Amino acid sequence: MTAQEIYDTLKKKFPDTVLEFNSEALQPFIKLDAEKQFYELCQFLRDDEAMDFDFLRCLSGVDYGEPLGAVYHLFSMKHRHEIVLKIEVAREGGKIPSVADLWRTADWHEREIFDLYGITFTNHPNLKRILLPDDWEGHPLRKDYVTPEYYNGIPILHPDTKGKTNE
Amino acid sequence: MSKSNLPPTQFELEISDDLKTEEMTLSMGPQHPSTHGVLQVILKTDGEIIKSAEPVIGYLHRCFEKHAENVTYHQVIPYTDRLDYIASMNNNLGYAIGLERMMNLEVNERAEYLRVIVAELNRIASHLIALGTYGLDIGAFTPFLYVFRDRELILDLFEELCGARLLYNYIWVGGVAYDAPQGWIDKVKEFTDYFEPKIKEYNDILTFNKIFIERTANVGVIPPEVGINYGVSGPSLRGSGVNFDLRKDAPYSIYDRFDFDVCIGKGEMGTVGDTWDRYWVRVAEMFESVKIIRQACDAIPEGDAKETVPRNIKVPPGDYYMATETPRGELGYYIISDGGKNPNRVKVRSPAYSNLSVLPAIAPGVMIADLVAIIGSLDIVLGEIDR
Repeated sequence: MTAQEIYDTLKKKFPDTVLEFNSEALQPFIKLDAEKQFYELCQFLRDDEAMDFDFLRCLSGVDYGEPLGAVYHLFSMKHRHEIVLKIEVAREGGKIPSVADLWRTADWHEREIFDLYGITFTNHPNLKRILLPDDWEGHPLRKDYVTPEYYNGIPILHPDTKGKTNE
Repeated sequence: MSKSNLPPTQFELEISDDLKTEEMTLSMGPQHPSTHGVLQVILKTDGEIIKSAEPVIGYLHRCFEKHAENVTYHQVIPYTDRLDYIASMNNNLGYAIGLERMMNLEVNERAEYLRVIVAELNRIASHLIALGTYGLDIGAFTPFLYVFRDRELILDLFEELCGARLLYNYIWVGGVAYDAPQGWIDKVKEFTDYFEPKIKEYNDILTFNKIFIERTANVGVIPPEVGINYGVSGPSLRGSGVNFDLRKDAPYSIYDRFDFDVCIGKGEMGTVGDTWDRYWVRVAEMFESVKIIRQACDAIPEGDAKETVPRNIKVPPGDYYMATETPRGELGYYIISDGGKNPNRVKVRSPAYSNLSVLPAIAPGVMIADLVAIIGSLDIVLGEIDR
């Protein structure tokens, strides 16, 4: 299936969830609304015979400046077609339904996004930090992150760059 | 996970009700020699049998992705070396091709051939380490010395090519950093002639050794649908019999010009998808890499490998996900450009990260000693998992 066909099918089935389709981009993507039937749409993408997206290649968090976002790269082993899904959420208190039980690889990827961006994934089985220590403060990949000077009394910044990291 | 509709894990513990047992929590690593770096696995065990295994990662976290946002496009390349530090050429390659596709940049023919040659040489070097350390994990010390003897020759070739033995910074956007010195291609050909018979030596000493087969066959089986669902890729997924190799399925660079086969596990010694199958796929892939290198060495044209390297990199705004096949699996770079000097975002989809995440699903029900065999067969590199 081409990206256009996938979009047409989704638009028919989930008119509220699908916001926008961009076929001009190098890799065509579909913009979705996280608050309306996002989980059901993903379930449809995985279970439908013609879609059969069984491989979640990549799940990335993005800081778009004001909103935060998540990007899903899906691939079908059987039909060898792919699609990109994009979601935007509010910077503070943003929530996305977890897809960790549809594609279990999302488990660790969602934990990573929670860790580095602070986006909450609802219904995630074990949402806690994965790369950083549990008592780390802040979410480093946000553009407005300020590196703390100390972590548990250990100096973090190099003396030369102290206070200059966010120029 | 309550609402899951996946098949249950393959081993279910059967313990009769009247038997008094006690669960023990055991921390394996982060300094355990068989965890290939600084991986910690929290084990809940019932005697010698594992009930659950939870990997704890992040000990080597350097926040590559934050670094990448603060340096220019070219300056990211040395950082990519340090992700999967035993297959650096392959890391460079994915990032460079991703940017070239965003910029719509044609690459010089000679540079393309050099890229394929070094990427495949690096694949062999990486698989050799996988073989050697895997033998070491299982208890066979000698193969480790054999593979390091041969890996040394590849490192010597790289040293002559770009001056570095481990972190190369060789593949640049638009081409490569240096053209091959005179006679280098002949040396690579000599190496392939030397190396191919050596694979038989490894097979005699390790692959078909009875003790090795007993330790690895039927252990840690990953059923194909579970592997796909967990995002496993590369030799670990092909070991489960899934024919998925990005060099064939989504050819990048000039891989579509070469004749080679995709190796998949067939369960010759036990079940399809066991640790022996994953190991065997790596051995078989070294043959294929030798085939590719020979073809590339014969076909490489004359020319200037640095001809198409741009002085300044201007990437039009947009995003692109570039996936390449590294020795460990699908390495993806999700690059977002806002038109500026620095990348806006570089996300790395690390193959070892997803490969390791399957461990909690296949570990329950196996012995602790077998867990060592399973971790080794996934061929993880912690530099890439933690980034």
